[in-house]
Amino acid sequence: MSTADTPKRSMRTPLGRVRNLGAAHSGTSDFWRQRITAVAMTLLMIPVLVIIMMLLGSNQAGAKQILGSLPVAIIMVLFIVASAWHMKIGMQVVIEDYVHNEKLKLVSIMLNNFFAAAVALASIYALLQLSSGV
Amino acid sequence: MVEFALPKNSKISGGKTWPKPAGATETREFRVYRWNPDDGKNPSVDTYYVDTNDCGPMVLDGLIWIKNHIDPSLTFRRSCREGVCGSCAMNIDGQNTLACTRSMHDVKDGAVKINPLPHQPVVKDLVPDLTNFYAQYASVEPWLKTTSPTPQKEWRQSHEDREKLDGLYECILCACCSTSCPSYWWNSDRYLGPAALLQANRWVSDSRDEATGERLDNLEDPFRLYRCHTIMNCAKACPKGLNPAEAIAELKLKMVERQI
Repeated sequence: MSTADTPKRSMRTPLGRVRNLGAAHSGTSDFWRQRITAVAMTLLMIPVLVIIMMLLGSNQAGAKQILGSLPVAIIMVLFIVASAWHMKIGMQVVIEDYVHNEKLKLVSIMLNNFFAAAVALASIYALLQLSSGV
Repeated sequence: MVEFALPKNSKISGGKTWPKPAGATETREFRVYRWNPDDGKNPSVDTYYVDTNDCGPMVLDGLIWIKNHIDPSLTFRRSCREGVCGSCAMNIDGQNTLACTRSMHDVKDGAVKINPLPHQPVVKDLVPDLTNFYAQYASVEPWLKTTSPTPQKEWRQSHEDREKLDGLYECILCACCSTSCPSYWWNSDRYLGPAALLQANRWVSDSRDEATGERLDNLEDPFRLYRCHTIMNCAKACPKGLNPAEAIAELKLKMVERQI
């Protein structure tokens, strides 16, 4: 989070303002994970589409049979995790770009994390429900 | 939130149209941003007519002609008039570039529209305040850093290693790239911007430098480096034909390389 002083309010030197709190020594992990999840989603897209096509028109028993298969379940869970993670990182970048109020930014990033986790967990829960046929 | 609209005191009002020069057979219309910190008024756009038969072909020639013949109060920076010093960077016909290397005949469709570099505080007329930009350049510590004993002669470098600096050392710090970058507009207090990052990569890529890791440490930050979203305005704007976006991508690659 920034505590960067604005030139109007501060008598800090320009270099002092630029250096501010120093480098966070992070950001590379998110950058790298965003690429990993992008590649993972690209690779998983076709199998996921095939699974969805297979599920179209099938009843609960049919869905249970398809989603109960281990490879199918793994593909679906991987896709959910990759997309939720990608969504979380992407949205955080947007928030960091445009939300400059520090408190609002903090709350937005927190909610974004909660939202991504909730979407991922709800999707996996739904998948388990369907595959177990409960 | 980010401010997308101009602040009240930056809204541009109508300006003065100066009379056409007497006796001129061919003229070119120049519409130039004017703002005087001393008169308390909002910025305006003044219209001038330049006698193209009495003036060089570049936009800077036109501005100098206006200053000499019509309006001595018109304020802009210039020095080398040949694309080396970077002083006369301004927004010409919607594109950040150097007034000295941009021909006024390359500007199609009527008037030559000139504004200061975007999204920087204006000192007067076409002079932007680049204090933050220069401080960001200073923050990448743009000098050779070594620990080994200084050699009797020069620090040696192979031809191959020297070639790695091509496309980086030519930067003249005119600020055309940084001030064309939307990410820099929104976050210039924390994002170093394309120019400073290209310069950072120039020193990270220098085989003679012994502080590469320390330099990367200083850049590894969600805001200092990772605000670059490869929008590529920087590469489009650079009057020297450099590609700051590529230099930033190389920095990101080195960040990943040292983690994996």
